[in-house]
Amino acid sequence: MKVLVPVKRVIDYNVKVRVKPDQTGVDLANVKMSMNPFDEISVEEAVRLKEAGVATEIVVVSIGPQQAQETIRTALAMGADRGILIKTDATVEPLAVAKLLARVAEEEKPDLVLVGKQAIDDDSNQTGQMLAALLDWPQGTFAYKVEKDGDALKVTREVDGGLQTVKLTLPAVVTVDLRLNEPRYASLPNIMKAKKKPIDEKAPDAYGVDISPRLTVVKVTEPPARSGGIKVEDVAALVSKLKTAGAV
Amino acid sequence: MAVLVIAEHHHGALSDATHKVVTAALKFGGDVDVLVAGENAGTVAPEAAKITGVRKVLKAEGESLRKQTAEAMEALVVPMMAGYDAVFLAATTTGKNIAPRIAAKLDVMQLSEIIGIEDASTFVRPIYAGNAIQTVKSSDAKKVITVRGTAFGAAEMGGSASVEDVAAPAGPFKSEFVSEEMVKSDRPELAGAKRVVSGGRALGSSEKFQEVIFPLADKLGAAVGASRAAVDAGYAPNDYQVGQTGKIVAPELYIAIGISGAIQHLAGMKDSKIIVAINKDEEAPIFQVADYGLVGDLFNIVPELTKSV
Ligand SMILES: Cc1cc2nc3c(=O)[nH]c(=O)nc-3n(C[C@H](O)[C@H](O)[C@H](O)COP(=O)(O)OP(=O)(O)OC[C@H]3O[C@@H](n4cnc5c(N)ncnc54)[C@H](O)[C@@H]3O)c2cc1C
Ligand SMILES: Nc1ncnc2c1ncn2[C@@H]1O[C@H](COP(=O)(O)O)[C@@H](O)[C@H]1O
Repeated sequence: MKVLVPVKRVIDYNVKVRVKPDQTGVDLANVKMSMNPFDEISVEEAVRLKEAGVATEIVVVSIGPQQAQETIRTALAMGADRGILIKTDATVEPLAVAKLLARVAEEEKPDLVLVGKQAIDDDSNQTGQMLAALLDWPQGTFAYKVEKDGDALKVTREVDGGLQTVKLTLPAVVTVDLRLNEPRYASLPNIMKAKKKPIDEKAPDAYGVDISPRLTVVKVTEPPARSGGIKVEDVAALVSKLKTAGAV
Repeated sequence: MAVLVIAEHHHGALSDATHKVVTAALKFGGDVDVLVAGENAGTVAPEAAKITGVRKVLKAEGESLRKQTAEAMEALVVPMMAGYDAVFLAATTTGKNIAPRIAAKLDVMQLSEIIGIEDASTFVRPIYAGNAIQTVKSSDAKKVITVRGTAFGAAEMGGSASVEDVAAPAGPFKSEFVSEEMVKSDRPELAGAKRVVSGGRALGSSEKFQEVIFPLADKLGAAVGASRAAVDAGYAPNDYQVGQTGKIVAPELYIAIGISGAIQHLAGMKDSKIIVAINKDEEAPIFQVADYGLVGDLFNIVPELTKSV
C-alpha cells in the first residue's frame, strides 16, 4: 500500500500569537515554525503502517514557501521515503490545497492519503474532506484507530458523543485526530539519512491549478480580553461570590 | 435568497446546535429551509417545522442516509444546492465531516466555524485557537458555512412549516457504517450546558475523576468536561474534551479543576460567563482568565465545595 501524507508548516503550537497592530494578520516574523501537530500524527501513522509491513512507500507533500522543505525533511527523518514541495509564497486556501493534492494523488496513485484533521493556524478542518470529494474517494475523518481489513480500511472516528467505526473502500482519505498515536522524535542517524532522501520541487502552475484565494481578509483583531479576576481565600468565600453572581 | 440548514439529530431528537444554526441562517437572510436526513427523520422533521422563521422542512429517509455518512450526504445535498445561495451546518463533528465535501463539489471555499455575520458575504471566525479573530469576505457565489453554536442563541419555537419528502440518493457508497460506541450519560450535553465542571491531569485516575468531579457536577446539574491530558490518560472519555480540538463551550459557569490553562484548552472555554479555577499552582495560566481563583489542593477543596453548594 502506498501512502501519501500532506504536511503543513505552521506556527509552533507553543507560541502565543500576536495580532499585528495594523490588523492585517498575525506576526509571523521570527517566530518558531513547526510541522502541524496533526501532520506529525499522520506521518507517524504512515511509518507504523510501513513498519507493520502494510505500507510500502510513504510520500510526503507540502505546499508552502522554500522553508516548508524543512517540514518535509522532518517527515523524512521520521521515516517517510521521499518528498514533494509545491513551492509558493502565496497564501493557499484549503480548497486550493485540496486541488493540488488531488493532482498529486492522480500522479502518485496512493492507496491512502493521511491528512491532519486541522491546521492549527487557520483552524479550517476542511482539506482532507475536500480532497476526498474531489477524488470521489471515501473518507474517515478524525481517526482514533486505523486498521487494514482485507481490501478495505476500518477507521474508528472520534465523534461528538463517542466513537464511530466506518469501513472504507480503498483508495481513501483519512484525517487523523490527536489520540491516534504518539509521534516519535527522529533519531540523529535518521536525521542524517533524511538529508539524502529525494525532494522534488514543483510550482503550483505545473499542476494547472488556480490557487487564487476566494476569501479576502478584511481584518484580523485580538479576541476580546477577559477582565482580570480575583483570587478568593477559601471555599466559603468562593461560594458566597458565586451566590452573589447568581451562578449557583 | 434561500438558505439550506442541515439539521443534526441524535436518537430522534433535534440537536440544540441546529436551533443555533437556524438563528445564524436567519441573520444571513432570505428563506430558510431545514433538511432533516437519516434515521428517525420522520420523528425529527415535525420538531424542526416548529422553529420560528423556517419556510419548509425537507425530509430524506433511506438506508443510504441512515448514519448521515459524508459521502451519502454529499450526494443528497449537492444537487439540492441549485436552489440555494448558502448551506449552513453546525460546527460539530457531523457538520465538519460533511460541509467540506459539499464545498469542494460546488467549488466553493468553505467558511469554518463562524462566530459572526457582517453581511451576506462577510463573516467573522476565530483562527489560531481563538487567539485572533478574522473578518473575511467571500467571493464565491454560494456559501458553505459551519456555525459555532456558542456564538448564536437558539431560535424560538413557534413556527409551523410544511414538511416535504425528498428522495434519498441511491447507494451503495464507498464508505459503510459499521458500529458506534456512544457514551451514555444523564448529565446535560456538554456543548449546550449552562454549567460545566471540568477536570484535568491532576485528577490522577479515572476513579478519582469520577469520585471528585462527578458529585460536584451532579450537585450543580452541570455537564462534565476534561482537558486533553485527562482524556489522553484515560481518566475521561474523548467526548469530554474541551478545547481547540475538542468541544467549544460557553456556559454561564465553568469550573476548571486541576487544569493548567494551556492555550488549546482556553480556546474551548474562555467565552464562558463566569470561570472558576481551582489549582494548587498560583502561577497556573488558568488564573489569568478566571473570575474566581482558588489556590490549593483540589482533593480538599472540591469535596468541600460540593458540600457547600
Ligand atoms: C494540536 C494540539 C491540540 C490540543 N488540543 C487540546 C484541547 O482541545 N483541549 C485541551 O485541554 N488540551 C489540548 N491540547 C493539550 C494542551 O496543550 C495541554 O497539554 C493540556 O490542556 C494540559 O492538560 P491539563 O491542564 O489537564 O494538564 P497539565 O498541564 O499537566 O496541568 C495540570 C494542572 O493541575 C495542577 N494540579 C496538580 N495537582 C493538583 C492538585 N492536587 N490540586 C490542584 N491542582 C493540581 C497543576 O498545578 C497543573 O496546573 C492540545 C495540544 C496540541 C498540541
Ligand atoms: N499548505 C499545505 N501543505 C500540505 N498540507 C496541507 C496544507 N494545508 C493543509 N494541509 C493538510 O490539511 C490538513 C488540514 O488543514 P486545514 O483544512 O487547513 O485545517 C493539515 O493538517 C494538512 O495535513
